[in-house]
Amino acid sequence: MYTAEMLELIKVVEQTREKRMSETFPRINVEEKNKLLRGFHPDYMDGAMRPVQLGPNKGDALPHEHVDILESRSWVDPADVDLEKIDFDVDVLVIGGGGAGTSAAIMAAEGGADVLMATKLRHGDANTMMAEGGIQAADKENDSPPIHYLDVMGGGGFLNIPELVSALVSDAPICIEWLENFGAMFSKFPDGTMNTIHGGGTSRRRMHFAHDYTGAEIMRTLRDEARNRGVKVLEFAPAVELLKDDQGQVAGAILYNMETEKYYIVRAKAVIMATGGSGRLHINESPTTNHYGATADGIIMSYRAGAKLAFLNATQFHPTGVAFPEQVVGQLVTEKVRGLGAQLVNIEGEQFFYPLETRDAVSSAIIRECRERGKGLTVPSGSGVWLDSPMIDIIHGKGTVQEELPAMFRMFDNFGIKMDETPIIIYPTLHYQNGGVLINDKAETEIEGLYIAGECAGGVHGRNRLMGNSLLDILVFGRRAGMNAAEKIKNVKVGKLNLEHAAEYNQELDKLGLNERVSPILIPDYRYKISG
Amino acid sequence: MPEEKMVNIYIMNKQYEVPAGVTIMKAMEFAGYQFVRGCGCRGGFCGACGTVYRKPGDFRLRSGLACQLQAEEGMYLAQIPFYPANRSTYDLQELTPELSTILTHYPEVTRCLGCNQCTKICPQGLDVMDYIAAAQRGDVEKAAHMSFDCIMCGLCVSRCPAEIVHYNVGILCRRLYGRHIIPKAEHLAKRVEEIKSGKFDGELNDLMGKSQEELTKIYDDRDMEQ
Ligand SMILES: Cc1cc2nc3c(=O)[nH]c(=O)nc-3n(C[C@H](O)[C@H](O)[C@H](O)COP(=O)(O)OP(=O)(O)OC[C@H]3O[C@@H](n4cnc5c(N)ncnc54)[C@H](O)[C@@H]3O)c2cc1C
Ligand code: SF4
Ligand code: SF4
Ligand code: FES
Repeated sequence: MYTAEMLELIKVVEQTREKRMSETFPRINVEEKNKLLRGFHPDYMDGAMRPVQLGPNKGDALPHEHVDILESRSWVDPADVDLEKIDFDVDVLVIGGGGAGTSAAIMAAEGGADVLMATKLRHGDANTMMAEGGIQAADKENDSPPIHYLDVMGGGGFLNIPELVSALVSDAPICIEWLENFGAMFSKFPDGTMNTIHGGGTSRRRMHFAHDYTGAEIMRTLRDEARNRGVKVLEFAPAVELLKDDQGQVAGAILYNMETEKYYIVRAKAVIMATGGSGRLHINESPTTNHYGATADGIIMSYRAGAKLAFLNATQFHPTGVAFPEQVVGQLVTEKVRGLGAQLVNIEGEQFFYPLETRDAVSSAIIRECRERGKGLTVPSGSGVWLDSPMIDIIHGKGTVQEELPAMFRMFDNFGIKMDETPIIIYPTLHYQNGGVLINDKAETEIEGLYIAGECAGGVHGRNRLMGNSLLDILVFGRRAGMNAAEKIKNVKVGKLNLEHAAEYNQELDKLGLNERVSPILIPDYRYKISG
Repeated sequence: MPEEKMVNIYIMNKQYEVPAGVTIMKAMEFAGYQFVRGCGCRGGFCGACGTVYRKPGDFRLRSGLACQLQAEEGMYLAQIPFYPANRSTYDLQELTPELSTILTHYPEVTRCLGCNQCTKICPQGLDVMDYIAAAQRGDVEKAAHMSFDCIMCGLCVSRCPAEIVHYNVGILCRRLYGRHIIPKAEHLAKRVEEIKSGKFDGELNDLMGKSQEELTKIYDDRDMEQ
């Protein structure tokens, strides 16, 4: 419930609403955006990063929280592990049971491979399940993959890897049709036409959605399909290290049963890493929207195996995290709220930024509004600004908020806030890992036998992903990884397994005097405190 | 956080003092738990954290999601992180969206006694009994829409005297509806054809060859759909 003081301030927002409704705040150009980012985006703040001291990206400055994970020892002592006793012998091992992993598993199985999926929590407990807003695909008459391409590049600061973006936008409609065939319930008009809206940085309305449970709908549909196809899944069995064979190709992994604390050795002809993002590292000490298992595990395992990282120094802060009530601080308020017309408003009731600029820009503008201009609201966790959600029902008709944003409405309603009647308070929150392990358009890394898909991969989104392109990316590259791995394994012979890469990594850490930490961390430790 | 105010809660019959108003999930961590099971998304989407509780002097069994429910004085709670369920296997493409399909895969829906326990416990506030009733009548469309917000937490299953697995019936209906009832998007099929025929390859290749400066200019000048 809002405090009396907040209720007073809401009146200011209400007073200016009618006037604001007819105003469009001007957009900014690329040059203005770059200036704004340098001034206020957390990526550019002094002291946020330090160079990593070993491995393929040695010398590159990355967020401290990532470097801590990279400068850590292997879970297992390579000398202690018996690699002769194989527990699972498969064609393709998929690590991670989110949207990317499940797409990969389905396609690898369809390609004839014997697939095992190992995941840390339950199948589907993943960032994919949480995506609310939507998924992009250029499938309308006035749109096209090239137009989508331009939006993606602009969003990423024109640094994205072109072949990856081309794959992304070209496969997009194919992926939506794939899901349609699986019976995913996209929001459609009665004749079957997809209902599509804008997202930040889109020049066409190409955001497809399923109310505000878009990711959940995709995830549960894919999971159901994988189950129907009999894909084998090990839950609560995260991978803790990759295995290589004597040819130097990736040839399996060590899994750890978190319940029995037993290790399993998996031998595989190809491994698809789909462990998702890293919000639970709380970069910049920020609260996060991410699920419990988002701890960058795939990054460190791939890195020890020799894979190169790209754009891991670009972290996405979602402009609209909950800033009040305190109980759910940092949780996501989907961009769809702005997509449906809600404006960003400061304490004086003024609009201060174009609501659908790219996320890096909107987040920076909110930080500037609070920090430099002092026009933010004070909340227990710091500051925030208004997101004028009641505008949605005014624009689209009474009941739209409850119909189109049921998850959002339910969350605020839980705490006595009716977002269709009163504006809500938001502040940027740690949301997405823009970079990751560098891949090519086949989802391959430079390491033979190692594929990466989804949020764990880097290059597709450059320095900043647009809303709706991640759900897309996990399908596009998950499917490509699955198909290519299934094809590749037909000619793969696995040699003798070893852990030399991990042993060497440990030795190098010893030399650097960095032998205290162990990674992957698997789950965050929030004991005896109140977590973000 | 309103740290000043603390409340006592009972986690599986052990008393802990935790800050008032935090979520049960955070309260359990504050008390010293590190979850392996019973915690997934932490945002009300995955259904990993179903929780049942009672309050002092009240016979009612209440429920919620640990990541959404707030700690209150005297709560007496346990999580139900897993509940065995029956699931049928099917090839969606071969199915028809009608009663016989539902009865073939989940004949137990006809055993519903109308006790409404499923609806009462649903942390999403869904009308679970009614979506099962719709499925029982073969009204796939209604069951699909009514069950849409289901997060598959399984609390309903734990309460059902007819041993129905509601959420699996729900997803069958939704997939039947999405695949076989609502028409396919024609514009989508058309675009897929165009892509497969290579219609955009030239234009894409052209863009891929452009420098950052050239792209910046085209980007700044691009027209925006209102
Ligand atoms: C709240 C929220 C809202 C979002 N909204 C949108 C949106 O509207 N549109 C959009 O396009 N994108 C959105 N995103 C981003 C998008 O959902 C994710 O980036 C994407 O789903 C990631 O998919 P993934 O399969 O790569 O990773 P995940 O879905 O996170 O799956 C990774 C899986 O791997 C498991 N795992 C982790 N470590 C290990 C290990 N060591 N061994 C085995 N398994 C492991 C994890 O537990 C998890 O199950 C949103 C993200 C969040 C958090
Ligand atoms: S219908 Fe059942 S499984 Fe679905 S959310 Fe409600 S109680 Fe949970
Ligand atoms: S709990 Fe079972 S028997 Fe009771 S109303 Fe629900 S479905 Fe029917
Ligand atoms: S942890 Fe996912 S619903 Fe609570």
